[in-house]
Amino acid sequence: MSGIYVCGIGAVSPAGWGADKLSDAVEKGSKFPGEPVKVDGVQTTGIAARVPAPPSRPAFLAHPRLRRSSPISQFAVAAALEALGQQTGTQNTAVILCVMSGSVNYSRRFYAETLRDPATASPLVFPETVFNAPSSHISAVLNSNAPNYTLVGDAGMYLVGLALGAQWLQEELVDGVLVIASEEMDILTTTAVSLFERRALVSEGSGALYLRREPTGAVVELEAITQPISFVGRAEREPALLEVRDSILNGSTRSLLVESRSDDSQWNRLETEVWRDWSGPRLAVKNVLGEALSASSAWQCVCAVEQLRRRPELQRATVSVLGLNQQAIAARFAVHHE
Amino acid sequence: MLFPLNNSGGLRRVVVTGVGVITPFGRGWASNAQGFREGKRAIGPVSLFDVSTNRSRIAAEIREDLELGETRLSRRTQGRLERAARMLLIASREAWEQAGWRGETRIPLILGTTSGGMTLGQEFYSQLMQDGTRRGQAGRIMHYVPQRQGQDLQQAIGFDGPITVIANACATGANVVGHAWEMIRSGQAERVFVGAYDAISQLVYTGFDALQALSPNPCRPFDAQRDGLTLGEGAAALAIESMESARSRGADILGEITGYGASTDPHHLTQPHPEGLAALSAMELACRRAKVTPENVGYLNAHGTATPHNDRSEAAAINAWAGEGASNLKVSSTKGSIGHTLGAAGAIEAAVCIMALREQWLPPNVEIGELDPAARFQLVGKPGSASFEYALTNSFGFGGANASLLLRRAA
Repeated sequence: MSGIYVCGIGAVSPAGWGADKLSDAVEKGSKFPGEPVKVDGVQTTGIAARVPAPPSRPAFLAHPRLRRSSPISQFAVAAALEALGQQTGTQNTAVILCVMSGSVNYSRRFYAETLRDPATASPLVFPETVFNAPSSHISAVLNSNAPNYTLVGDAGMYLVGLALGAQWLQEELVDGVLVIASEEMDILTTTAVSLFERRALVSEGSGALYLRREPTGAVVELEAITQPISFVGRAEREPALLEVRDSILNGSTRSLLVESRSDDSQWNRLETEVWRDWSGPRLAVKNVLGEALSASSAWQCVCAVEQLRRRPELQRATVSVLGLNQQAIAARFAVHHE
Repeated sequence: MLFPLNNSGGLRRVVVTGVGVITPFGRGWASNAQGFREGKRAIGPVSLFDVSTNRSRIAAEIREDLELGETRLSRRTQGRLERAARMLLIASREAWEQAGWRGETRIPLILGTTSGGMTLGQEFYSQLMQDGTRRGQAGRIMHYVPQRQGQDLQQAIGFDGPITVIANACATGANVVGHAWEMIRSGQAERVFVGAYDAISQLVYTGFDALQALSPNPCRPFDAQRDGLTLGEGAAALAIESMESARSRGADILGEITGYGASTDPHHLTQPHPEGLAALSAMELACRRAKVTPENVGYLNAHGTATPHNDRSEAAAINAWAGEGASNLKVSSTKGSIGHTLGAAGAIEAAVCIMALREQWLPPNVEIGELDPAARFQLVGKPGSASFEYALTNSFGFGGANASLLLRRAA
């Protein structure tokens, strides 16, 4: 028993605003259609699945911090608040935000203004370009003084963030930790991804887990996270994922595997091959929602927790992440039914 | 396993055995120790890009050729590295060699930056908007992301291990050192290599200028007439390991990290709480974890950006933290010498503290005129020797990211 529990989940995705919508879509298994992204008359080669408009204006947008916030911040705050649920007394709640692309909308916009004329570049836009702006907004909404980290990396970084949050809880530095990943769509992102994965459906959104030392509700425990195994070249990916698999392998017919593979990806076959002996059920989140960089692995974790809650026959769920350009890593969750 | 941890061995002492630094003072311990000890200043006109329509036109740039020297990187890869990555590699090489680490594998690498390879990002954007061709774009985007800069560092020096990039704005240089301290202290790692780096880019320079946070003149931290910061650039790298590891191999211990505190100021995205409450919390936590009281701290390296808001808030926090002992506390901001190096600042300032502790001097706060009356502490005004055992260094950033590190002279 690790003593660290998942006490809430949240998500924003092309399936809609809410973890239940994400899980429903992944269970259904139908791939979201993509469309070209166009900004300032420039259209990229890639296609994207966007987050739909929320059914009503989220109440959190009334917070002064969020008046000028970009989609990445709004997605992150929405997922965080959903994961937090009715929890009050959040002053000692830490925030760990994971991103790969970051606040790219405002960065592009501010740089365009810079090139046009530095003297008229907007002072309101620049602060929102900083990597940690979204996580700062979450702490502000919670009025929390607890540590707030922004981690930058590929999708594997979300699991590193979960481990860091769990460590802070074990050391009793904080009462709770929100671990969030968030990404927003932009022509810069779709262009960049399409340079390496020509057929990729690029998507956007966020996912969040709320961790505490005390279990609440349906008890899902964060049981283990492997060491991240780095890779650089193509040849290093398979041994990295194999090492991760071997260190977390706990497969049974009552264990769910939530994979990071996608039929669109050149690495699809590698992940399928590495996990070929898995005897339990499997889910491939990207096959439905596309490549959302760091948010993809957060969605995997959200789906893993939700499946453990929804399906009483499951005891454990393993999340396997083969990132785009940095690391392989895996996490395992366990459910304790009353 | 990364989690759960098996830390049955109890908390361990954490030491620094390698320091590498490159700043506008130049590369290496000697040139930087001399520059900071003597209170020199390295601020001049911006030469990297056109600032003719900006409010401010000065910065602390690194003027030297960023030649890498000995490296395992191919010529092709070297050719793709932009300024920030080169600074990181130069500082890292020095720290690695000073530590004497050899043939190591699976050493965690913790990096801190606010903008990584921003100049490559700028080029990527410009080409996309101009003609949209793919030529060179894959290479730009590969080397733009900070994790790739970490991979290049590992390849250049010859080690591997997981890479974690922390981007907590201007506190991140302290966060990476503190994070390494937490990993080693808890038994998660025996050794951790840390690097923090940022180069001046047009986007970031214009951003601070648009906020009117830049002074048109060289910055004057804690001066009553201060009117903004000066941007700088640089990198620092630290080889950090457990005391047992360092002693077992007879390493030269340069200094000890004894405490780290991080907190968040939710007051405003770009302005600190006027009373510096979260800053105070970070300072107190660093000292509490080290079991050290403010009277034991002989020198405080302030964040001291020279913006009216920061210095007033930080002065309030320092006053509250030091209490009645504030009038005896020696404080300076080294940003008056090399500007604000953003994501690198916390690590560079930790390196300056290690130099000062080891060689027993205090870096002066350059060209102070009239001291802000909010500061009840002793601002170090002139170069000089000192005898002290502990130094505290503060780093605060956009978004309310606050971090304090407590460092101790090697016994």
